[in-house]
Amino acid sequence: MTLEMTPRVGAEGSESVGPVKIKPIRPREFKRSDIIVLGVTGLAAYCITWILFDQLTLLSGQLGFVLFCVGFFLGLYWVVNRQLFTRQVAVDRFVAALMTLGALAMFIPLLLLVVFVVARGWNLLSAHVFVATQKGVSELSPAGKAGVAHAIVGTLEQVGLAALIGVPAAVLTAIFINEIGGRFTRTIRVVVTAMSGTPAIVAGIFIYAIWIATFHQGYSGFAGALALAVLLLPTVTRGTEEVLKVVHQDLREASIALAAPEWRTVWSVVLPTARSGLVTSVLLGVAVSIGETAPLLMTVFGNKLMNSNPFNGPQAALPLMAYQQIKLPLQADIDLGYTAALVLFLLVFTLFIVARLLAGGRRRAPGFAALRSRIVNSSLGATEIEQDGFADTPIASYPPSTSTDERDQQ
Amino acid sequence: MSISVKETSGALAAKPLLISTRRSPQDRLFRGVSRTAGLTTLVILVLIGLFLALQSRLAFQTMGWAFFTNTGWVTTGPHPQFGVLSALTGTLIISGIAMFVAVPVALACALFINEFAPRQVLGFFPLKNFLTAMVDLMAAVPSIIFGMWGFFVLQPSMKGLSRWLSDYLGFIPFFKTSDTPIYTSSFLIAGTLVGIMVMPIVTSLSREVFSLTPVAEREGAMSLGASRARVIRDVVFPFSKGGMVGAIMLGLGRALGEAIAVAIIISLTFQPSIHVTQAGGNSIAALIAFRFGSGGPIGLSGLLAAGLVLFVITLAINLVAARIVNRSKMGD
Repeated sequence: MTLEMTPRVGAEGSESVGPVKIKPIRPREFKRSDIIVLGVTGLAAYCITWILFDQLTLLSGQLGFVLFCVGFFLGLYWVVNRQLFTRQVAVDRFVAALMTLGALAMFIPLLLLVVFVVARGWNLLSAHVFVATQKGVSELSPAGKAGVAHAIVGTLEQVGLAALIGVPAAVLTAIFINEIGGRFTRTIRVVVTAMSGTPAIVAGIFIYAIWIATFHQGYSGFAGALALAVLLLPTVTRGTEEVLKVVHQDLREASIALAAPEWRTVWSVVLPTARSGLVTSVLLGVAVSIGETAPLLMTVFGNKLMNSNPFNGPQAALPLMAYQQIKLPLQADIDLGYTAALVLFLLVFTLFIVARLLAGGRRRAPGFAALRSRIVNSSLGATEIEQDGFADTPIASYPPSTSTDERDQQ
Repeated sequence: MSISVKETSGALAAKPLLISTRRSPQDRLFRGVSRTAGLTTLVILVLIGLFLALQSRLAFQTMGWAFFTNTGWVTTGPHPQFGVLSALTGTLIISGIAMFVAVPVALACALFINEFAPRQVLGFFPLKNFLTAMVDLMAAVPSIIFGMWGFFVLQPSMKGLSRWLSDYLGFIPFFKTSDTPIYTSSFLIAGTLVGIMVMPIVTSLSREVFSLTPVAEREGAMSLGASRARVIRDVVFPFSKGGMVGAIMLGLGRALGEAIAVAIIISLTFQPSIHVTQAGGNSIAALIAFRFGSGGPIGLSGLLAAGLVLFVITLAINLVAARIVNRSKMGD
């Protein structure tokens, strides 16, 4: 790493004898002149893009314009800073601009997305929407007659059933991997890791082929719940395992030292300690499976009427309804799709906020994406480091009072 | 494991105590139940793979190796001719574009949150935590909502860019279009949309990896006068190389399997094409979403075979990603 301490300014005086007064440059310092430079560069980039793409070649659409504008801006910003400052400062400024633009490119679509869903759907929401179905709605019926009640019922039942099947299995599996262990621990962990990336559509066609095509059970909410459970299982297992890992080893050892049986240790010590993380992991798994459309397409099939029995006949579901409605030509139908999408978004958003709030208090409680990330990160490295850390902690330095070995010798 | 101490017969203090490590019946029940659950999970997940393989046998018997080279999808009638080639190339093109869009933005955003974003702005607003939560929220937004947004907002605004690309860069084969070009429903738009969908996942994974950079090294570099750009290049990147690759590959895995957003944008064609701005395309997931109910037993078997191909690809990518991350953690 080299330190360039000689600024370019005053270079003509540098040949003279005597120490040159070095004026340090702090790259992070952002003065008013820097803001002006930034603004002028932005304006210049805009002008160049305008000349090139509005006058010389024809580029229609804002997206292309913005993209090229950003490109020119980055180039110009580099050149300008290189002229004004040393290379190091220029690089730093350039990288900072790049990162900031990256963050903008990330968050602007999100903002647009939320604005889009809310703006299109908000005016269509009414109390009527939550109680009505699409029963008797035709092309000729007045706008606002249809509702999404059947889809809400369908989604809640399917996701509820999926959670009922998937969550206990996932939690028990995680307990097995983390607390008990055995010959298959490694295999299970590898398989669960690999499966957590199963495409939703593959889970859907799997259930379709086995449940509907082979056993001829017909479309039903339960088939959808099975597909969702298949998707839920690996995600929640890995999430729960991550949460259980965070529980301090000391607590388990203390419980065992008090002669608590194993199930007691898990039930009264490990699980309560991990409760908030556990709830977060489950809620986030559910939040994701609520939004799955692809597997429902081929298992639940969709229904315009209310069908509250998940075990018999096609059901509606919010994401599925949105998907089917927006393909229709009439604006009233598309509007109903927007309504379904907004209700779905609000549902996911609520679950997300609740999960966040529950996780909020705990320092290490992982968020949704963090849970996903641990799926890769943790298989070996992280845990071992943590447990090594615990091994150094006081336990070893306690006066060994009555270890089992000593009792044997008595 | 519970240890109960029993006195041996005679009950003399001098006699050794027997240590029994037998588990109580409750414990054995507990172990049994959770072991069963673990094994059931294992069996179910393995069954999916086996079942897909078994059920797709019919398709492979009908088509043989031609399944991988055929382009059409005719599964009924006396001479079924179908293959996964156009869907497979479509899937790869879409996820290629998606990664091209997502990776730079996601890495830049992750670095911004980690290195540049102030912890607080205006004295009270926790910008860094807020941005992290926003990324997580975006990762949880259902794909159908992304799909709708892509169809109604992104697609119209990308039409112009597509036309410009094929008008002025048409000499590059990718951007060539036919004589009567339609610029919607193309690979480019579907790929961009999928890219926007996987962005938050890659961002939050790589942000977490970046945040694991040891503080001592980072501060050491800064005290030697390194600028933030230097710290990123010489400290953060070397430490998080493996994790970064893993994050990108997980994003790729998700991009490959995306069905609904692609199905909303793209119009299904079976001619394999690399012209990304031209309307029409194909992908395995979208193919399954479009064709699952039609085509008879051979058609279903063909779709399951296509699903199997997709499944194997994502499985391999996930496992390799996990391995890379582990190796980078253990080695160095």
